[in-house]
Amino acid sequence: MRVGIGLPNTTPGADGALLLEWARRADAGPFSSLAVLDRVAYDSVEPLTALAAAAAVTSRVRLATMVVIGPLRSTALLAKQAASVHAIAGGRLTLGLAVGARLDDYEVAGVDHHRRGARLSEQLAYLRGGDGAAQGIGDGLELLAGGASGPAFARMARYTDGYAHGGGPPRAFAAAAVKARAAWNDFGRSGQPQLWGQGYFALGDAERGAAYLRDYYAFTGGFAEKIAAGNLTSARAIKDFVRGYETAGCDELVLLPTVADIDEVDRLAEVIAG
Amino acid sequence: MKVSIVGAGPAGLYLGILLRKADPAHEIRIMERNPPDATFGWGVVFSDETLGQLRDADLQTYVEITDTFARWDAVDIRYRGRLLRSRGHAFSAIARKQLLAILQRRCEELGVKLEFGVEIDEPATVPGDLVVAADGVNSVFRRHYADELGSVVEPQGCKYVWFGTDLVLDAFRFIFRETDHGLFQVHAYPFDEHASTFIVECPEPTWRRASLDGMSEPESIAFCEGLFAEDLDGHRLLSNRSIWLDFPRVRNRSWHHCNVVLLGDAAHTAHFSIGSGTKLAMEDAIALANAFARHTDVDAALVDYELERQPIVERVQQAADESAAYFQRVAHHAHLEPMQFAFNLLTRSGRISHASLEVRDPDFVRVLDSWFQGASRAEARRMAVAPPPLLAPLSIGGLTVPNRIVRAADRDALDAVAHGGTGLVLTGLAAVTRDGRTSPDCPTFHADEQASEWMSIVEDVHDAGALVMIQLGHAGRRGATQPRTRGVDLPLRTGGWPLLSASPLRYGPFSPKPKAMDDQDMARLRHAFTAAASRAALAGFDALELDMAHGYLLASFLSPLTNRRDDGYGGSLGNRLRLPLEVLDDVRAVWPSDRLLGVRLTVTDWARGGVDMDEGVEVARALTEHGAELIHVEAGQTVPEAQPEYRRGFLTALSDRVRSEARVPTLVGGYLTTPDEVNTIVGAGRADLCLIELTETDLDRQVAS
Repeated sequence: MRVGIGLPNTTPGADGALLLEWARRADAGPFSSLAVLDRVAYDSVEPLTALAAAAAVTSRVRLATMVVIGPLRSTALLAKQAASVHAIAGGRLTLGLAVGARLDDYEVAGVDHHRRGARLSEQLAYLRGGDGAAQGIGDGLELLAGGASGPAFARMARYTDGYAHGGGPPRAFAAAAVKARAAWNDFGRSGQPQLWGQGYFALGDAERGAAYLRDYYAFTGGFAEKIAAGNLTSARAIKDFVRGYETAGCDELVLLPTVADIDEVDRLAEVIAG
Repeated sequence: MKVSIVGAGPAGLYLGILLRKADPAHEIRIMERNPPDATFGWGVVFSDETLGQLRDADLQTYVEITDTFARWDAVDIRYRGRLLRSRGHAFSAIARKQLLAILQRRCEELGVKLEFGVEIDEPATVPGDLVVAADGVNSVFRRHYADELGSVVEPQGCKYVWFGTDLVLDAFRFIFRETDHGLFQVHAYPFDEHASTFIVECPEPTWRRASLDGMSEPESIAFCEGLFAEDLDGHRLLSNRSIWLDFPRVRNRSWHHCNVVLLGDAAHTAHFSIGSGTKLAMEDAIALANAFARHTDVDAALVDYELERQPIVERVQQAADESAAYFQRVAHHAHLEPMQFAFNLLTRSGRISHASLEVRDPDFVRVLDSWFQGASRAEARRMAVAPPPLLAPLSIGGLTVPNRIVRAADRDALDAVAHGGTGLVLTGLAAVTRDGRTSPDCPTFHADEQASEWMSIVEDVHDAGALVMIQLGHAGRRGATQPRTRGVDLPLRTGGWPLLSASPLRYGPFSPKPKAMDDQDMARLRHAFTAAASRAALAGFDALELDMAHGYLLASFLSPLTNRRDDGYGGSLGNRLRLPLEVLDDVRAVWPSDRLLGVRLTVTDWARGGVDMDEGVEVARALTEHGAELIHVEAGQTVPEAQPEYRRGFLTALSDRVRSEARVPTLVGGYLTTPDEVNTIVGAGRADLCLIELTETDLDRQVAS
């Protein structure tokens, strides 16, 4: 299993200089990928913009979206942006797409929330087989799709290379992995889907990390507390988590920061390398 | 901490005990609307696993509880005049009244304040740092905070009534009785040395036909006593507010809101047919008490409690759903031989498999395997020791398939798969015409010379000891796509061909629009199918399956979502079946009668307005009447935006319905990856053949190298 690190693009207080330095250190560290999250109605840096910047200061690390909320964007422009980042990064982009969980993102973007699933399917079809593909957009671009519903797994198996899990304990990932493989099999795909997992960590100021998660997930109501309780705040917790995901068949696990402190990259690097 | 617990059932009382034990400084009040000795229900059941937890949590009550226990390790199944017993299922039960008395005494001893006859009308006014809603399945708190908790309560399963009886059983006993109104069943178990619980249930239509909806309580007792007179053996049924009920399935997205937390039935129910309600409630109490041992902060403790319990309860509820659904449809299994019926019952919820039952009760599995081998062979022959069901041969359509394992492979890999011990190998789609291909690399059977191309492959498979089935079809509107390496239904950018379907509706967002088939197209298609079938016969294939699945051409006629025709081939089910049945009849006429003819069928579209399971069973029945000898059960993919439910064995329940309701042998896949799954499915009569998926593991490579 490969291990990646998140770029704190949705962590308030992270400025451009910090994001670039973070990307440089990630590129120099033991991480296979550098991943971003997507939120419109929240203090954050737009994910594909962040990855374009990261592309300019990195040369090795894979750049991934975990995930971009596809339906918020126009299909042609989303494809164009992704293809542009992919080109600038010398073919290092992995584009994870999903419908997201926040209504307010759809409201500010002026997009119909009810059609989100069908729209994401159209976008994936565009990237892989439609007009986008006809223009060469998305050639060689690794695509992932997320979501926990049956239709989300079907969409993943039909149009993409793998599954982007939304986070949780290893047993939750393992259950999702079975569904992803079952869907893959149902669609007659050969081999196995690429399985990407994610988890949150804070190795410095754990309380600040928990406060961020409570705020970021406030829209989920009581569930925010559960996510905050799952924040990995010690080397041991991270190692257990990594082992659990590896056992569950994860191909790439991305550890997402909850504190935008540059030292977090080195702290995590030490745990992963050690 | 000041704690108010509402509801003095087992969960509420036990929580009071554990919290007070952990810290005698906690002030704990338990409020109950009923008097101390009032209780609804008879006995409650525990498994060994739960008992271990009770022992660790509070030894004193554990000793008292286990002293009065009724214990047994057998499950009896009385069906068609036989009484089949399976052992090794360690259970214990106690009278609910007795359990409550023990817990009440312990509460008093520890200084937990018990208040009876207290009615809570206004949940928000209950004081306390922590307010525990242990007020049962009709929880006032859950209803008050329904939105915040995301509560969903819906009826599940059969109509049921909960009696006691002075008949003392020595096992958990399921009893099935056929009546003119339909099948009735009983779940009965002892709970002390004087009495047993005796739950009677039947599907609602049966209940109405028996006029139970209009009967008084004494009349319904008399009815049940009469129906089960032989089983009761002169004993009576005892009433305790014993009225016919619907079982409410309770789920909550969140189990707490601010400082109010749900416990036991207030938070979740699991259908009584897996007997886990009180067990789950007391385990909740243990988990909640433990959470307060780890956290002083109420919010953190409640989050911890939910994280711990929700996944466990979800799994139990999933098993309970399967079990409730099983009992609702059990009448359809009435054709099974008693041994298979019993194994099907024991494995209904997915918690017991062939392998795990063999650990519990090797004798039962030995007899099952022997019976299965005998039933699978033409000359019924009892074997003392037999291989498991997956290794039993299957006589079907003039063939004998050596075992129950089916694997699918591309043309180049068929030989290798056949050498791997598979009984039947299945080719991928071979198109009957060039324009019926899914993609340019899709094999076809459109020209005579192709028979000889396949001949040597078929011979190789036969040499390996396996049989081979060809899948003949036409991709319809899912044709002219790129190979599936980067995705499915991605249209070819160049070199495509015109597509055909029942109606001119495109499949995916960028798929080309197909042409609606006209009379000439149909005549050509029918000819192409018979010509391809003749070639397949010549090539030596043992079996042929016609593709009517996943939205391909023949399937597009079956579903109202894809067939919008207003001629004789659209509209009613009879019309939608017309072309598929014409093709089947044509092929049956040219396909050798001593070789197997099957149909790969989408039995539900998993989409609103499409073919549902009931219609899928009708389709399977019609195909069987027209000579199909095997249904290969598939689902979905009729339209791209469907609602599938993926998991291990996601097609098994569908296969079970087709097999038992249309009475036709089935082949099922649905992501089966282990021999144990095959033994369980085939042994229980949910399918006759299983398509399994095997991926080479590190261990394979280590051993092979």
